[in-house]
Amino acid sequence: MTGEPAPERFSGLRRVFRTTAVRLSAIYILVFTAFSLSLVVGVTHEAARVMNRQIAEAIDDDVESLRDDYRAGGIVRLFFTLDERARRPDAGLFYVVDPNGNPIAGNVAELPIQAVTEDDDEPHPLAYTRVENGRETRHVALIRAFTLDNGFHVLVGRDIGERERFREVFRKAFRWIAGAMVVLAGLTWWFLARRVLKRIDQVSAASRRIVGGDLSGRLPVSGSGDEFDRLAVGLNDMLAKIADLMKGLKEVSDNIAHDLKTPLTRLRNRLEAALSDPADDDGRRRTIEAAIEESDGLIRTFDALLMIARVEAGSSLAAAGRVDLAAIAREVAELYEPVAEDEGVAFVVEAAEPVEVTGVRELLAQALVNLVDNALKYGRVEGRAAKVTIAVHRDGDHAVLCVADNGPGIPQADRTRVLDRFTRLEVSRSAPGSGLGLALAAAVARRHKGEIELTDAAPGLKVALRLPVEA
Amino acid sequence: MRILIVEDDREAANYLVKALKEAGHVVEQANDGDTGAHLVATESWDVVVMDRMLPKRDGLSIVQEMRDRGQTTPVLVLSALGQVDDRVEGLRAGGDDYLAKPYAFTELLARVEALARRARPGEVETSYRVGDLVLDRLSHSVTRAGEDVPLQPREFRLLEYLMKNAGQVVTRTMLLENVWDYHFDPQTNVIDVHMSRLRAKIDRGQERPLLHTVRGAGYMVREMPK
Repeated sequence: MTGEPAPERFSGLRRVFRTTAVRLSAIYILVFTAFSLSLVVGVTHEAARVMNRQIAEAIDDDVESLRDDYRAGGIVRLFFTLDERARRPDAGLFYVVDPNGNPIAGNVAELPIQAVTEDDDEPHPLAYTRVENGRETRHVALIRAFTLDNGFHVLVGRDIGERERFREVFRKAFRWIAGAMVVLAGLTWWFLARRVLKRIDQVSAASRRIVGGDLSGRLPVSGSGDEFDRLAVGLNDMLAKIADLMKGLKEVSDNIAHDLKTPLTRLRNRLEAALSDPADDDGRRRTIEAAIEESDGLIRTFDALLMIARVEAGSSLAAAGRVDLAAIAREVAELYEPVAEDEGVAFVVEAAEPVEVTGVRELLAQALVNLVDNALKYGRVEGRAAKVTIAVHRDGDHAVLCVADNGPGIPQADRTRVLDRFTRLEVSRSAPGSGLGLALAAAVARRHKGEIELTDAAPGLKVALRLPVEA
Repeated sequence: MRILIVEDDREAANYLVKALKEAGHVVEQANDGDTGAHLVATESWDVVVMDRMLPKRDGLSIVQEMRDRGQTTPVLVLSALGQVDDRVEGLRAGGDDYLAKPYAFTELLARVEALARRARPGEVETSYRVGDLVLDRLSHSVTRAGEDVPLQPREFRLLEYLMKNAGQVVTRTMLLENVWDYHFDPQTNVIDVHMSRLRAKIDRGQERPLLHTVRGAGYMVREMPK
């Protein structure tokens, strides 16, 4: 390449050969061919070996029975037997020469004379010429020669053309099968590559559309449940998650705009009024103090937002270790006990047994502080003695840290909503607060791979952080 | 007390210099990392206030360098980053205290003074005395005008920290950090309630109160002149 940008699409055939499917089938075909080849070779070899042994055994039997004939009836009986056998349709070959090497009888046209005169311990292959229907033909046979005690040499053999034909059939079949395999594989390549390319092109086109800004777009799912479908479903889930996050981000930025701009406007108005109002020193001082208080509130809101963002991004890992929730509960309770007492709220702590989780003490303490703060602020009903309970216990492989009050509770319909940033229920609008306390507690729970649960304490609200004991 | 401020925001630095001078300190400022590093290395300071993000170089690297040289001058690290890990990072680099921006000046002043005091050499004190209030760190007992004052463990630690910094302002966040080891703002006035309890045990019925509220800043233990 000379630095020019790679073409986005390859022309037809080149694209096909660049696909993974083609590479995979090429490897598959190579392996399969090698395997079939070795199988065929192995089978033919083994078959030939078995046939050879059978033929050799038949020859040995012939030799034995001819020797018997000779012993029983002399050379005449042997000739008779040979003559009779030579008439059979599947006759083997035989050849007899006298002690001087002159041929006496046989159905073989020509043989090297040593093959007859030299005795063999076992059969061995030999090429010979045979007369069939008046024509001489070349054959291969297994033969064994032996010498009688009157000096005559006898050769007995069996044609092994059968074996050769068998081998030939195998070779032919293999050639055909191999050819058919290559053709079929080629077709499969073509089909697979086209199919794969088509699906991939669809996915690419859809993702280009989505990247182009259409976040509502989704990748096509054919419904066949194949790996492309699974991939598309996975990517679609991811897109849905991104769309969700984008929506959440928009909501949050709208909320931030509202919840930060309102106090900023208030602050600005106050300062402006103070500027135009010829107030005395005392009045000016009060205005400035109010302005500082307002900006402190803004800073707190900012800090809380940043904290939630950081916790959700999964940072703040530096201080993670094994922490005892019961100890945290006791510490926070100790911190809040005087406040509760001053406000006439009965404060109960049920955290005797240590319950350890892997986490960040500061974050867990802050989440609990937020929950206790909420319970003290909003968990009260006129005419009922207020009571706040902090409890820590183990539930299977989860640790549960919960704060319950006996106040008005939160209606089922609002229980998810209050976990969002800046949600403040109408009933609590009058009380101070940023609407970020529960959102932070929820983020802390998620950060510890756990969850936050809001349930009815009948009466009141019970908020529980369920965290896995082993993170 | 000689204080060096290393802060690139000139307006913030000027304000700090002015306010610290008004509090009776000798103050110099450096507006970038190189000047800051030079001043830290060549002159002697009681406390250095170091911003983390500086032009030319990182504030934490200057602190690290100081510690590598064996310089023990207390450093208060200032940063716009206020999360747990940022704090841990700042303290690990050799900072003695960490304050997130934006901060109240009273908070900064109280911390700077506490740092300077901590750095002053002297034997470890086993008891603190302010007026007729005595806190014995060994026997964990407190007496006022010879009378035993029974305190809860947490109240004892609260008073111990206040008396250690007697005559100086201690802010609510300093108390929360040093007595409870929490580095976040609990929003509700929890510290005030603890303090009023402590005050009830120490000052109630006494002619001269020792535990004072410093408006807009925090608390102070001191014996007021008659």
